[in-house]
Amino acid sequence: MTSWIEIGALDDIPRLGSRVVRTPGGNIAVFRTESDEVFALDDRCPHKGGPLSQGIVHNKRVTCPLHNFVIELASGQAVAPDEGCTHTHPAKVENGIVWLSVRQAAAVS
Amino acid sequence: MLDKVTKQKLVVIGNGMAGIRTVEALLERAPDLYDITVFGSEPYGNYNRILLSPVLAGEKTVDDIMLNTVDWYEDNNITLRKGETINMIDRRTCEVVTEAGERVPYDRLLIATGSNPIMLPLPGKDLPGVIGFRDIYDVDRMIKASTDYRNAVVIGGGLLGLEAANGLMKRGMNVTVVHLLDTLMERQLDPVAGGLLRKSLEERGMVFKMPAQTQAILGEDRVTGVRFGDGTELAADLVVMAVGIRPNFELAKKAGLYCERGVVVSDTMQTYDGRIYAVGECVQHRRQTYGLVAPLFDQAKVCANHLAMKGFATYDGSVTSTKLKVTGIDLFSAGDFAPGPDKEEIVLQDANRGVYKRIILKDKKIVGAVLYGDTIDGPWYFQHLRDGTDVSHMRERLVFGAANLGDGGVSGQNSVAAMSDETEICGCNGVCKGAIVKAISEKKLFTLDDVRAHTKASSSCGSCTGLVEQVLAFTLGGDYSAAPKVKPLCKCTDHSHDDVRRVIVEQQLKTIPAVMRFMEWKTLNGCHSCRPALNYYLLATWPGEYRDDQQSRFINERVHANIQKDGTYSVVPRMWGGVTTPSELRAIADVAEKFNIPTVKVTGGQRIDLLGVKKEDLPAVWADLNDAGMVSGHAYAKGLRTVKTCVGSEWCRFGTQDSTGLGVKLEKFMWGSWTPAKVKLGVSGCPRNCAEATCKDVGVVCVDSGYEIHFAGAAGLHIKGTEFLTKVETEDETLEVIVALTQLYREEGWYLERMYKWCDRVGLEQIRKRVVDDVANRKALFGRFAHSQQFAQTDPWAERASRGVDRNEFAPLAELELA
Ligand SMILES: Cc1cc2nc3c(=O)[nH]c(=O)nc-3n(C[C@H](O)[C@H](O)[C@H](O)COP(=O)(O)OP(=O)(O)OC[C@H]3O[C@@H](n4cnc5c(N)ncnc54)[C@H](O)[C@@H]3O)c2cc1C
Ligand code: SF4
Ligand code: SF4
Ligand code: FES
Repeated sequence: MTSWIEIGALDDIPRLGSRVVRTPGGNIAVFRTESDEVFALDDRCPHKGGPLSQGIVHNKRVTCPLHNFVIELASGQAVAPDEGCTHTHPAKVENGIVWLSVRQAAAVS
Repeated sequence: MLDKVTKQKLVVIGNGMAGIRTVEALLERAPDLYDITVFGSEPYGNYNRILLSPVLAGEKTVDDIMLNTVDWYEDNNITLRKGETINMIDRRTCEVVTEAGERVPYDRLLIATGSNPIMLPLPGKDLPGVIGFRDIYDVDRMIKASTDYRNAVVIGGGLLGLEAANGLMKRGMNVTVVHLLDTLMERQLDPVAGGLLRKSLEERGMVFKMPAQTQAILGEDRVTGVRFGDGTELAADLVVMAVGIRPNFELAKKAGLYCERGVVVSDTMQTYDGRIYAVGECVQHRRQTYGLVAPLFDQAKVCANHLAMKGFATYDGSVTSTKLKVTGIDLFSAGDFAPGPDKEEIVLQDANRGVYKRIILKDKKIVGAVLYGDTIDGPWYFQHLRDGTDVSHMRERLVFGAANLGDGGVSGQNSVAAMSDETEICGCNGVCKGAIVKAISEKKLFTLDDVRAHTKASSSCGSCTGLVEQVLAFTLGGDYSAAPKVKPLCKCTDHSHDDVRRVIVEQQLKTIPAVMRFMEWKTLNGCHSCRPALNYYLLATWPGEYRDDQQSRFINERVHANIQKDGTYSVVPRMWGGVTTPSELRAIADVAEKFNIPTVKVTGGQRIDLLGVKKEDLPAVWADLNDAGMVSGHAYAKGLRTVKTCVGSEWCRFGTQDSTGLGVKLEKFMWGSWTPAKVKLGVSGCPRNCAEATCKDVGVVCVDSGYEIHFAGAAGLHIKGTEFLTKVETEDETLEVIVALTQLYREEGWYLERMYKWCDRVGLEQIRKRVVDDVANRKALFGRFAHSQQFAQTDPWAERASRGVDRNEFAPLAELELA
């Protein structure tokens, strides 16, 4: 079952930007695209753990600030030729409010 | 999405290098647009024709040189009809007709039929044992002949002929090369280099008959010999004709398409029939035909763009370079090297080392280069040739290559062939030679970009680019890795930095989306390379008008601190000219303790670095530093960083001027300005140069009679002493010249191009003319810098610490306590 948690207003995340949600299991980066879609990923690059929330967002991708891995926001997958995957979490916007459903890593992998 | 029914049909005639490169590029740009069918006479997938020479020489196998296997076509939903030749194009019905008479319709057609070897119309030319050198079939026949027979004659002493001769010799045959002229490879080499080449091939056992004209090929059922114009004869069991190629355009001509020496195409690679495109050796573009793959790949890209309906790019012709693929012989040639009244030559001949280099200059630019024996600098000269770099400032040392100019970090002695697999090529990403070679061969990489993408080699600082190109050339055997003539800004566009800067001004473009729209960017929001570049260009072009786009800034510039490997940040307050006070030091100490900052370190730029600050603490750290009168040191910025000074006449017994005071003055005037790449200054009080001013972007060396201004130095990945710009008498003039220089750089530099690279590209004289000689221009530049400083000199820390700018940036959106 998906349990949604309200995490804030869409307007508090810059377009083509990201904010961090703190959780006991580590930070989750919540991204907002140009067309106001939101995506949530663990704030850890599959390469060397760089904070993806600090990267440049373009289309539905983010570039890790440490060594330029490019990560697909929807799947968490690194764009070829790089390899690796970051854990994703369901996120949605309703009436300007962003909702997040935290998936425990263990349940997925 | 277009489904199968409505998809347009693209038919490709010719399953060779240019045709398939076009298809690959098309799939990248528009994977679903067409239903693609490829016809190829040869019974294989697509292979690397260039590498037939090493196959013949026994250094590679046919399997090694396959580029696209049959599976590749299947995986990409391409219908490959190998072993099938097209006999006719019916333009009326838009169909092609196969040998067997089958008609296949097309919406768009691509002709990529390559060329055929020229077979001289000599008596006996059709005898068994007389062959050209073009495809796998030819190579198979030559290999077979080498096991059954002994004597081979190769007609033609050009690139192809010599590679054939070398291969046959390696397979144990006695080989004689017959050449019409008295210089080998006369289209690529001058007589001296041709002579050196001949000598070393003779040492390996090759025999030459030249100049000599072949008159007839002798034999009854099979070739037995060759007769020459002077009446002499030579026994031969195998004759290879390698006298040139003829573009294969019969098919196009029969279809009524306009042809001259090839199928004539426009800048978008279209024939006179707009539905029909052509690329490769069969093509004539602006009166040129090409016989090397680099230009064909450029064509392929443009053609694919147009087919994908992203038609902004045009093909403007190519400059080519050549390397002979005979193992152990290093030969490189590029551009135009015929002597002429308006050309200058620089020649280096070292008979002992067997090295010959000839560089041809015209209007201060390299227009041609011939290298023999030591070709490591080939790509470097070629790069300058294509870029049209003004090389007058390095003229004396030019012939010694990049290493002697401290450019590129490539050592001339260090031939990549001799390096072990463990040799590190890319220091930034720790990639060794073995890894690059493996990626190139296993993943079939062709270009520098491919290698960058797959191995990360040369993807960071780029100082190893030359070496990586060498590894590519060495691994692939051919020199077709050359980058396009004008480097696009990034993969999101085909436009160069210069184009983008020019269009921003001409079209008065004032936002990133406006630039992307006008210049037909290929991606939706660009990428991490182009967005920061565009942001800078707009900021530098429209000071006060353009609103800095924080989301297009690299994180360091967005949060005004330097990200570290663990995601924490480092904070460096400004210390004007490297001078500080007890109260500043006390404040720094207090901040370090209050926020548990783990490391406090003195930097190379004479200031103090606080490392390991948590992002959410940044505003509070800044507030405390601001309270003690300190502002951001911009240690993270592509902008003015530090001004390093010595104590000068105030304290030092040798000091001639107040170097500290001048440094502070410069820093106070220039801080906050954004530049294409970081800018570091140095001011030394006398020529002892304790502030190391002569390896800075801009350096001042004080002397009794005034101030010597130097610039374009570097002491990072590259080490380079500065160039002397000019000498002035007063501090005010010093300031004016340096500010004007920086402004010119801000207006013309490419994003991330350091000042010394810019100077290399534009030329020292050019810069001196506009900054020093032309006083009115200098004052105008100074004025523009001063104007933009009005908007730039706000302390970014204060804005964020106490004025709430970007508050969201530093706090989490939410804190969750999950069950
Ligand atoms: C031995 C050798 C060494 C070389 N070395 C170098 C080098 O070091 N560096 C370099 O840059 N270049 C080199 N080249 C040149 C390079 O290989 C060519 O420039 C390049 O392959 C041309 O590409 P293309 O697609 O135009 O033609 P091709 O690769 O020849 O492809 C044309 C294809 O079309 C097929 N075809 C023709 N007509 C029809 C038809 N009617 N129906 C169906 N199929 C048809 C042909 O069979 C052929 O397979 C070398 C060439 C050779 C032969
Ligand atoms: S550069 Fe000259 S003036 Fe400056 S500290 Fe050194 S010796 Fe003294
Ligand atoms: S601080 Fe500079 S030299 Fe040191 S590891 Fe980092 S990039 Fe390399
Ligand atoms: S940690 Fe993200 S690219 Fe290296």
